[in-house]
Amino acid sequence: HLATSLPLPSERDHLRPRIDLIAFMIDIKSKYSLKNVEASLAHVDASFFLGKVCFLVTGVGRVNYCSVETNAVWKLRDIYCSPVLYCELELEGVRVATAQRLLRMLQICAGHIPGVSALSFGSLLRNSEDE
Amino acid sequence: QENAAPQKAASLLRKQWSLYSVTPLYRFSGARLGEYARLLGASIAAEKQKGLAVGVGVDLDVAVTFRSLPELRGGQRDQPAMLVQLSSRSSVSSKSSNEKLVWSGCFCCVSGEDFSENVPEDFTCLPLFLANGAENYTAMVGSWFQKTFDCHFCRLSISPLNLSWMAAMWTGCSVEKNACATELIFSVPCLPQPLDISYAIHPEDAKALWDTVQKTPGEITQEEVDLFMDCLYSHFHRHFKIHLSATKLVKVSTAIASAHCKGTIKFLQSRHLLGVLMLLTELAISQIQ
Repeated sequence: HLATSLPLPSERDHLRPRIDLIAFMIDIKSKYSLKNVEASLAHVDASFFLGKVCFLVTGVGRVNYCSVETNAVWKLRDIYCSPVLYCELELEGVRVATAQRLLRMLQICAGHIPGVSALSFGSLLRNSEDE
Repeated sequence: QENAAPQKAASLLRKQWSLYSVTPLYRFSGARLGEYARLLGASIAAEKQKGLAVGVGVDLDVAVTFRSLPELRGGQRDQPAMLVQLSSRSSVSSKSSNEKLVWSGCFCCVSGEDFSENVPEDFTCLPLFLANGAENYTAMVGSWFQKTFDCHFCRLSISPLNLSWMAAMWTGCSVEKNACATELIFSVPCLPQPLDISYAIHPEDAKALWDTVQKTPGEITQEEVDLFMDCLYSHFHRHFKIHLSATKLVKVSTAIASAHCKGTIKFLQSRHLLGVLMLLTELAISQIQ
């Protein structure tokens, strides 16, 4: 399900299936997308931040189009304890690989992988980033 | 900081320069400039002999000069800047009164000590290169330098993040009466036809805004730059309902200088020349590393 911002319209609340993973997309070429994500984060229930939220940063292939500072993204990662994935949407290989990663994360968050919880996977991702 | 810019350096003003980063030069010597001028002149003459198609209006009967600009640096630990000029000789006589400047190139390093001090013995650091004139001359001079000093030139583009730093820094510099407006140009992405938005701000208003944002004189933080730009964006949004933050900042023009993201710069005031060169040197060094 795609949305341009949160909160989702309340009219369809009763029809909506359970949400297992929220991926916030930040376009590094657009300061506006960062502001939009920051505003939307305020509408997310705290329980999601136990491994069910990630940040997907796009547009990273073109360093000279950068309008969002890397530190701003890392600040979000630290404040909301959620991993950051980088993706260049224009390259098919990277797009496919990122989609597969997200799918894997989703399977874990939905509880389909026995023995791995969203929380443990989330902290595993964050610890490997710090190295 | 040296703010004086004697006559030679003033030749940098009010011309549009293309920016490049250059890796350190191997076995370069500031004492052999005359020899380099002769060698480069010979190389260009050889291109003419080869009869290569060089394009309309490019005259290969040129005189080459190499000049040192010792005042164009941040301090004694920087390599003095070097100006290379090509002047076309009139075909009738070779008297210098008939020479017309057709191309200029300037290698410089302003406050790049951290970089130059970490480079091996035989290398000279002049990481910022400015070129003005026909692209063909730039290519010929560039390839001679690459062959002679084993260096590499790379076009230096300026990201929107860096352009917004320039907008904030240059707005903060003191403004004389009748200074020109601060102008920002944005390119709107994802449209079938390209659309540019030009946002002009009265220089006194811009400076007043910057003064309320900047906390410590002489120091600028990323938060202050972001706040400054956000104020400008919200003001624009209030009036035009357009989110400039979703567009790409491509050009910044102030009374100090004007910079474009494709990597061109125009210096407008000699007083701030070194300051702008210092910023550009930093960008060039980070591209090299």
